[in-house]
Amino acid sequence: MKTDRMKLICDSLASERGGRQVFAGVNFTVSAGEALVVTGRNGAGKSTLLRVIAGLLRAAEGKVELAGLADEASLPEQAHYLGHLDAAKPSLTVRENLTFWADFLGASEQARIDSALEAVELDTLADLPAAYLSAGQKRRLSIARLLAVKRPVWLLDEPTSALDAQSQDRLAAFMREHLAGGGMIIAATHGPVGLDAPRELKMGAA
Amino acid sequence: MNAFWALILRDMRLSVRVGGGALMGALFYFVVVSMIPFAIGPDLNLLARIGPAMLWIGALLSTLLALDRLFASDHDDGSLDLLTMSGLPLELTVAAKAIAHWLTTALPLVVITPVVGLMLNIELSAMGYVALTLLAGTPSLTFLGLIGAALSVTLRRGGLLMAIMVLPLTVPVLIFGVAAANAAIVGPAPFGPPFTILCALSLASFVLGPFAAAAALRQGQE
Repeated sequence: MKTDRMKLICDSLASERGGRQVFAGVNFTVSAGEALVVTGRNGAGKSTLLRVIAGLLRAAEGKVELAGLADEASLPEQAHYLGHLDAAKPSLTVRENLTFWADFLGASEQARIDSALEAVELDTLADLPAAYLSAGQKRRLSIARLLAVKRPVWLLDEPTSALDAQSQDRLAAFMREHLAGGGMIIAATHGPVGLDAPRELKMGAA
Repeated sequence: MNAFWALILRDMRLSVRVGGGALMGALFYFVVVSMIPFAIGPDLNLLARIGPAMLWIGALLSTLLALDRLFASDHDDGSLDLLTMSGLPLELTVAAKAIAHWLTTALPLVVITPVVGLMLNIELSAMGYVALTLLAGTPSLTFLGLIGAALSVTLRRGGLLMAIMVLPLTVPVLIFGVAAANAAIVGPAPFGPPFTILCALSLASFVLGPFAAAAALRQGQE
């Protein structure tokens, strides 16, 4: 897959929830290898923006699209969404959880799954049911999903929540690696994510 | 198609693990049908006459009651968001979940039917036919129930609401299922026509259920 000419274009996007306008007139373009950090106060619409881009919410106005791909894959199929919930089933083991998502999202290479578990330091807990994981470990399991399945766009909603300092550094390293490989990142955050001089989109409080 | 099988396998695995609820449908069915001889009394002829209807009512209730968490549990832990972001069309995703649910909940129910039928004084020779009607009819109950499960996904206590919405839709299945079972036991009408219509209803629900459920899920995400 060629990712170097890829562009994510957001064109005068607006969203409405419960009859109230959350945001309007959001324009930006993210090219391959670029990161965009979305900041703003609580309720400014950061999470809503990410969900609209991921195709989980309908935009009231405007559109968001992925340009420059050879095959016609839609944006949600090319994006990873890391939300507040970790999508881990408590009764499945760590490895079963990750293997399922890798199979379901379309890349089931055992070697990638193993190296992803190793990268987030869950390889020693791989056969433990996810019910026994702490909040931070569950988050790391979610991050392993981004590494196990290669998709060019990462949509990260508060990616550093529940992570300790060491894991935050590691996440920043994963993000830099993803960008260096021609990926794109849109992250909503309150704190620093550890990227050098990312572009910033400031959402106004409604 | 790899994603399709992966989802079926994952849902079946979940249902046999702790708190999964496989066999719950069959146990509920067993208990409900066992209560009937106590309520009706020891009139063996009466039991044999209403037996097929009771088995079908039991199957209907246990299938629908077991369905209510089908999408709600995926919604609560964020899995549903990711399920919609795959290359697999949402219609096939919900169909995979329905198939896994049928295999773990409804199939055991069909298997124990001959044993349960003994309590209703149904002849052994006819029992195979009754089980056959359930085998052909329960997929349609699951796929119609899918619609209710998708509509009530964000509701905390969706189980009863779902039964209220879906039960009326299952009336044709009930009519032809019981008609076929009765034809096998007492006659004189032939078994073939009602059974064929039952199969047709199942096939129609394979198409209707996933499309309606996927549309309901897309709406419900707003």
